[in-house]
Amino acid sequence: MRFRLKRDELYAVLVILPSILLLAVFVYGFIAQTFRVSLTDWGQTAALSLQPEINYVGLSNYADLFGGFLNIRFRQDLTNMVMFTVLFVGLSLATGLVLASLVDNLIWGETVLRTVFLYPMSLSFVVTGTVWRWLLQPRGGINLLPTLVGLRAGQFLWLSSRDQQLTFDWALLPHYAVVALLALAAVMAGAAVLRRRRRQAAAWGAAAAMAAAVVATGLSRRWQLLPYSEAHGFSTALWGVVLAAVWQMSGYTMALYLAGLRTVPDELREAAYVDGASRLQIYRHVELPMLMPITVSAIVILGHIALKIFDLIFAMAGPDHAPTSVPAITMFLKTFRGNQLAVGAAIGTILLVIVSLLIVPYVVTQYRGDGGGRA
Amino acid sequence: MTRSMMVKLAALALILALACVPAGAAVSGNLEIFSWWAGDEGPALEALIAKYEATYPAARVINSTVTGGAGVNAKAVLKTRMLGGDPPDTFQVHAGQELIGTWVVAGRMEDLTFLYEEEGWMNVFPAGLLKLLSTDEGIWSVPVNIHRSNVLWYVPENLNKWGVKVPATWQEFLEIAPTLQAKGVVPLSLGENWTATHLWECVAVAAMGPEKWDQLWAGKLSWKSPEVIEAWKLFGEVIKYTNADAPSLSWQQATDMVVQGQAAFNVMGDWAAGYMATTLKLEPGVGFGWAASPGTNGVFVMLSDSFGLPVGCPNRENAIAWLKMLGSREAQDIFNPLKGSISARIDSDMSLYNKYLQSAAADWRTNVIAGSLAHGVVANERFMNDFATVMEIFLQTGNAEAAANAAEAVAIQSGVITR
Repeated sequence: MRFRLKRDELYAVLVILPSILLLAVFVYGFIAQTFRVSLTDWGQTAALSLQPEINYVGLSNYADLFGGFLNIRFRQDLTNMVMFTVLFVGLSLATGLVLASLVDNLIWGETVLRTVFLYPMSLSFVVTGTVWRWLLQPRGGINLLPTLVGLRAGQFLWLSSRDQQLTFDWALLPHYAVVALLALAAVMAGAAVLRRRRRQAAAWGAAAAMAAAVVATGLSRRWQLLPYSEAHGFSTALWGVVLAAVWQMSGYTMALYLAGLRTVPDELREAAYVDGASRLQIYRHVELPMLMPITVSAIVILGHIALKIFDLIFAMAGPDHAPTSVPAITMFLKTFRGNQLAVGAAIGTILLVIVSLLIVPYVVTQYRGDGGGRA
Repeated sequence: MTRSMMVKLAALALILALACVPAGAAVSGNLEIFSWWAGDEGPALEALIAKYEATYPAARVINSTVTGGAGVNAKAVLKTRMLGGDPPDTFQVHAGQELIGTWVVAGRMEDLTFLYEEEGWMNVFPAGLLKLLSTDEGIWSVPVNIHRSNVLWYVPENLNKWGVKVPATWQEFLEIAPTLQAKGVVPLSLGENWTATHLWECVAVAAMGPEKWDQLWAGKLSWKSPEVIEAWKLFGEVIKYTNADAPSLSWQQATDMVVQGQAAFNVMGDWAAGYMATTLKLEPGVGFGWAASPGTNGVFVMLSDSFGLPVGCPNRENAIAWLKMLGSREAQDIFNPLKGSISARIDSDMSLYNKYLQSAAADWRTNVIAGSLAHGVVANERFMNDFATVMEIFLQTGNAEAAANAAEAVAIQSGVITR
């Protein structure tokens, strides 16, 4: 019996071994190699010779990306990426939820509609991007829709706009962070007071006071990331990209939510009904809370797609349109067009860290939820 | 014809035949050609391959094409292959610094001076072109075509209708532009980012002249000098009269605006002539007209596709045979009428070309030759990549000094200035 168990385990290890080895080399080995390259200056003249001269330069590529004069584009890329992620994830969830709720209440045609809404997902982002590029041409496409009913053609510039809203000064990012901390601490302190938790209230209050002191003395304004002010903000041109991405992925969130709605036991609905709840109340107080885990999964799945987006924007706006550019595009161009391989590796590493910030907590909580796996 | 002459001719023919046969027989096996020529440009490459295979029946050509992104995708694949130690036998590359700054400084290319000397190309390619193809260490590629970057396109009939003349200088353009705008016509159509860089080089060459332009790339003129700042300011004035939706348009769509009468002028390389003549079936000189872009009369801002010889390519002899063929008058005259460009040689057969190309070829033989920035002749790839950011800074802020400072920083970082 004991011998047999061991043989089972041996088989199991043998079966898993190839994929472990492949992962070790092709994922984790390459991540390590990319990080190593990002600490060098690979990308000087003769970067592509057989024996390129590569020197260790520490974190200076990273410092340069966040504070160097010429990397203004990378900083706008980061801003764009954050704005795009928030809008894309938020709008996809909202659209998907609305669609799912509507489809769920249909008496007929559900299968057809579900397929229709899910279809865009079967396209690649390059196809979506090309089609929407045409649709969003300022002289044609959807700007011409109003003329069908006799109105003037739309004038919105979609992808070509250079307007920015919600502008902020990159140099003052630490200041904004302190102000945000102040606001958070104040709110938490207030909440603790209301709940009569004195110790918490005191701790948050102290944090708020410290943040207020830093702001009041002007200290936080002196911690500048750049020696000059540099405006970044939400590019209006991103709306076009968000529209295309939401069109493609909201069917997917709909499918997720629809599956979630199906898992709500009928007994719960009936119990609520018996207690006198209206259809709307059942939806609000029974069904929506039970969709929370689905929402979290959807945020993680859509979030990591949004943070790494490349092909959609490359197809829609081309490589060099700064108002819609994201770090992944700059990484590609720096590496393969500009021959600055170390800088490309640094951008890649930053992207990896940002995506991990989103995914690792999710994976950890999932793992804990399962009771830590086999043990 | 005397008998002795007949004999001599027969002997010559025999010698030629003997000289050709072993050459043809010696070349066998594969030849891999790497390029981004497909679509409209595909047939021109196919014609060259057909000629090569007809000359060397024992050879087989592997046509490796990576399309898309105006060559960006192909260059990414090429770089991966070269770094991985798997070079193609020969590859398409923009002649000049795009080749030199990436591959020659890396020691990945063979010097082709021997080929130029054997084939007598030193005398059939203009000296200005040879200078741009070479460094002190050698000549690095064989140009198959020449395109002109500084061309202003218009529709003659439309200009008559609007009562404007072709501007000879940017000042003249700025004078007539408000008139055109008042008539609801976009004075100058523009497309996505790289076409802005393309326009910038035409404006800059006009503002500073070809000598200063050369000095800029030789590192002898500062990017912060008054001449360059003037060029940025003039460029800023000019783009005020362009269409607001420029970033959404391809160069073809910008050309379409002129053809359809929505815009008066467009500055684009002469592949636009190929587009209008072949794709839109317009007659050169009637359906569309052209002039050197304002302020650049007598200057030919050139760019060229070329092929080089990578160190360690698997079929070196075949690649050399291919390069020899590319440089020949016959091959150039097969390729270029199809591609819509002119022969790099000054002895091409003009009767094979259309009216536009004939005028370009005439200019090619007489004009001052300058190298294009937007198409890789004068600046290395790192500079070009970061210059796209400089252009975005300028388009966003409109600040000439900021753009000049940024360009100076790029020039220092990319080694253009210390070169």
